[in-house]
Amino acid sequence: MENFSSESVLIIGAGQAGIQVADSLRAEGFTGAITILNDEAHSPYQRPPLSKDYLGPESTAEPLPLRGPGFFAAKDITLLAATAVSVDTEARSVRLSGGTSLDYTHLVFATGAANRALPCPGSDLDGVHELRTLTNARRLHDSLSTARKVVVVGAGFIGLEFAAGARARGLEVTVLEFAPRPMGRALSATASDWFTQRHTGDGIDLRLNEGVAAIHRDGDGLSVESTTGTRYPADLVLYGVGVNPRTELAQAAGLEVENGIVVDSALRASVPGVWAVGDCASFPHRDSGARMRLESVQNATDQGRHAARSIMGDESSYAQTPWFWSTQGAIRLQIAGVSEPGDEPVLLGDPAAGKFSIALLRNGALAAVESVNSPADHIAARKLVDLGLALTTDEISAPGFSFKALAKSLTGIPQPAPA
Amino acid sequence: MPTITFTQPTGEATEVTVEEGTSLMRAAVTNGIEGIVGECGGQAMCATCHVFVRPEFAGQLPEVSDDEDEMLDCTTAERTDSSRLGCQIKMSGELGNIVVDVPSDQV
Repeated sequence: MENFSSESVLIIGAGQAGIQVADSLRAEGFTGAITILNDEAHSPYQRPPLSKDYLGPESTAEPLPLRGPGFFAAKDITLLAATAVSVDTEARSVRLSGGTSLDYTHLVFATGAANRALPCPGSDLDGVHELRTLTNARRLHDSLSTARKVVVVGAGFIGLEFAAGARARGLEVTVLEFAPRPMGRALSATASDWFTQRHTGDGIDLRLNEGVAAIHRDGDGLSVESTTGTRYPADLVLYGVGVNPRTELAQAAGLEVENGIVVDSALRASVPGVWAVGDCASFPHRDSGARMRLESVQNATDQGRHAARSIMGDESSYAQTPWFWSTQGAIRLQIAGVSEPGDEPVLLGDPAAGKFSIALLRNGALAAVESVNSPADHIAARKLVDLGLALTTDEISAPGFSFKALAKSLTGIPQPAPA
Repeated sequence: MPTITFTQPTGEATEVTVEEGTSLMRAAVTNGIEGIVGECGGQAMCATCHVFVRPEFAGQLPEVSDDEDEMLDCTTAERTDSSRLGCQIKMSGELGNIVVDVPSDQV
């Protein structure tokens, strides 16, 4: 087998996806040079805890590293504190902010996503926060210790994870959401409505159909003016209103970009020798071929592994079943598959007891499952969604039905070969 | 301060000392213990911090919660009676000098 020692891989981005590419390349036997460009002022760290445990009252606010301290040296991976400013795909060379250039055989975009800005006056005032990076989280962690009234703009995962955490600390929390339902893009109406009731019951003032018009300095604090004209006093405002993939560098380099860097099923971009993984990549769905872009740890790590194998010559298609999670106070939400408007929801379990799942059926098959405090359902559902299992409402509603039992009964049926 | 000894499938053992309250997963990840991934950051979502706790320490551990129990069913290396998720074990003085075996495969 070719040992690749004369080849080099340059990875732009030291998040979950970028680090995984490097790790998997070594695990797969790649012997060439590997360099990762890290444009943050910290060693690579895990993002999911930043909106959860990290902000808790007992947190020491030490980030959880993505890999241990000796990892990069032990694997002969160069982690370079540098920002890429331009890419010459003809010369296979990347120019860095310091003025130097690096050549590559394979270039991997793992540039992730950036938060959308809050498009209203006052969004740059002191006391207004966003949350994506460790720098954001540190600032928020410090401010939380003195805050009493919090306004959250946007009832997505980040907004609600933060809101639930702040409420658990005893703070007064208002959440403004311009859409009629929280997490409306990601969740079925049934699940979304349950979250509305639960968060409201926990004392979060959740204002739906109400966006933000402006943020004002108001004496020592702030006030958030909503689209209905109501003013909500706050000493801390957090906004989480979605993200945009970081594609500027790729676009300037002439790569095809369409809500993400366009890649084929092997995660190859439109120019030879270039790849993209994770939040920044727009890839074809394994069945429909429709382009999708996912923001999740699972997608970042699984695409990182896949790209490493692709770089080493494996031509297989990326075909992992997506899954997501969110922890909002004591609520654990786990989602297998990606739901679409029009999917038929079937309830399993007891929402009143706070433990249930919602199966989403599409064209007679299980397309996605949303599980609340039901990890067994979730784990089984991942397998069943992966198989594209045919299921009907009647079968799911039948007495004694469980995803776990169904998944176990299918063990032994030949599984699709891993990608 | 409590210590944890991580034993690799090769037999190589690494002892780390941690603050009370630190999870076994965090101790492993921050000390670069090979074979403990902690992909979800400690939320009991990914089952990539699977360890086998040596039987003599089993009695000092908190009960396996229902959630942990379900997640342990999907570890990559086969689950045994001594399987736990490292993120669910918070280190304390009572745990003494716990010894765990790292599975051969995590993801």
